[in-house]
Amino acid sequence: MTIYLLCFALFLVGVYGLITKRDLIKIILSIGIMGYAANLLLILFGYRTGAIYPILTQSTSVQPMVDPLPQALVLTSIVIELGTTALLVAFAVRLFQKYKTFDITKIRRLRG
Amino acid sequence: MIILCFIIVPLLTAFLIILIAGKKDGWGVVLSLVSAAVLFVLSIIGIIQTGSQTLTYRMGGWKIPYGISLVQDALSSFMLVIISLIALTSLVYSITYVRHISRDWKYYALFMLLLTGMNGVVATGDIFNLYVFMEISLLAAFALVAYGCEAEEFEAAFKYAVMGSLSSILILIGIAVTYSVTSTLTLAKIAQELPLQNPKLVYWIGGLFLAGFGLKAAAMPFHAWLPDAHSSAPAPISSMLSGVLIKVLGIYVIIRIYFNVLGAPAAFLDAFLILGALSIVLSGFLAINQWDMKRLLAYSSISQIGYILLGIGIATPLGIVGAVFHLLNHAIFKSLLFYDAGAVEMALGTRDMKKMGNLTRVMPVTSSTSMIASLSLSGIPPFNGFFSKLIIIIAAVQAGHPVYAFWAVLGSILTLAALMKMQRYGFRGEKIIEAIKAKTTWNMKTAMITLAVLCLLVSLLVVPGIREVTLDPVANVILDKTGYIQMVMGR
Repeated sequence: MTIYLLCFALFLVGVYGLITKRDLIKIILSIGIMGYAANLLLILFGYRTGAIYPILTQSTSVQPMVDPLPQALVLTSIVIELGTTALLVAFAVRLFQKYKTFDITKIRRLRG
Repeated sequence: MIILCFIIVPLLTAFLIILIAGKKDGWGVVLSLVSAAVLFVLSIIGIIQTGSQTLTYRMGGWKIPYGISLVQDALSSFMLVIISLIALTSLVYSITYVRHISRDWKYYALFMLLLTGMNGVVATGDIFNLYVFMEISLLAAFALVAYGCEAEEFEAAFKYAVMGSLSSILILIGIAVTYSVTSTLTLAKIAQELPLQNPKLVYWIGGLFLAGFGLKAAAMPFHAWLPDAHSSAPAPISSMLSGVLIKVLGIYVIIRIYFNVLGAPAAFLDAFLILGALSIVLSGFLAINQWDMKRLLAYSSISQIGYILLGIGIATPLGIVGAVFHLLNHAIFKSLLFYDAGAVEMALGTRDMKKMGNLTRVMPVTSSTSMIASLSLSGIPPFNGFFSKLIIIIAAVQAGHPVYAFWAVLGSILTLAALMKMQRYGFRGEKIIEAIKAKTTWNMKTAMITLAVLCLLVSLLVVPGIREVTLDPVANVILDKTGYIQMVMGR
């Protein structure tokens, strides 16, 4: 149970950063942290205490194994997050070129 | 088999464009137009072939709960027709419109990726596969919103990307919880397993998905990103985002998950009713306040999404028919209005309605089609918007929600006010405009006139006899959870 709470705390760190930080880069990092929390949760759901890696060979006897599917999902989701983060950083770079600042409160031309 | 083409054709086209297009956009235009036309024809064949049955395709020949399956039923065929129709007209419109931003093939490659993602979301029967396709279309959408490379566009795209990633993470957590409970990712199998578990889990899963997909659909408390993103994007992309993307990633997935998988839990139907009524009224007021033409249209999109959510929340067969019909209608007339706004922006170089004047003489096609679309959107008979709103209001009264029916009527009046403001200042103002910067070209006119004709023709779908073969099968699929499970899993 503790480990799930810690995972939730990691998610809350991301939420806190997203809400309070004004720097574009820190916002991107907060999104990354939230993504890590989601990935960690998936891995935790697949974990079994005392289980071995999920590869069936002839020498090892049949034992409880961790669930391999969440690990495959996490790999996919990491790649997707990489793409999103790269795009966000590219936007941040171009925003800096246009506005000469990383401060989100000064990037406010759109209103209404 | 047809369902597979909806993913392969646009994906292949995207990579072909990247490979063979040189520096110019010639190949991009040709390839993307051909592929969109092929998809449109296929979607028509698909909806005729499918009828009211369900076709499944097992990828790689894996049995259904283990592998990824593609499912084509009446609802997906219906959504595919909408996507293909709007994509085809948007591409026809783009040919000259995008050239005034840049002559580049990247636009067409990204457009095809956007199409791949949306078709995939509609076609798939696997929840994680749905997430992956959703991310494909979102990444393309973020890049396309920033396509003009102006400061405001990057600002809007950044905001959209932050909100998009936040909602994607919430959805991923929802998927994780779902998987931990049911040990499967196939939607039909989840629907089978979930009732056997603790009933409180439905609220966890439903709550996470409501936050995630509600953000994607831009229902009222989650709407902040939409007016920026949809008004900053190039006009054909605005029409794709407003006309199709929020419906596919938001409404379609909500319908699929809450009706076919979770079995329409009453608490969430109430949530849809409240969200819908909030969206209709509040964004109706906000729309009247706008002076930026595309921003006004974007706010009105939120309000129309509210109507669809209201129809879903009523959850009687009539309410669902109204919601599904309004989904089609809104795709048609909102895309048309964004095309008109794009043509005006090209001609005058501004979106500010205070600087516009009488355009009826210099741009007759644009102003008359925008009039048709405005009347249709505000629900004036005999245009299609009238019938779908009427069905939703009647369904609300019949189901015993007269208060929500009142909000819907009030929202209709607010929409009429906002749209008349746009007509009054944007197209029929006092200032006589003699010279325009760029003429509306033949392809833009073609796209506009096609959709304007459809605004009238689509209202025929409510005629008894036609309704039984077009809208009713969709509503039946939505309301029949056990039917969906049986069709996909096999008996």
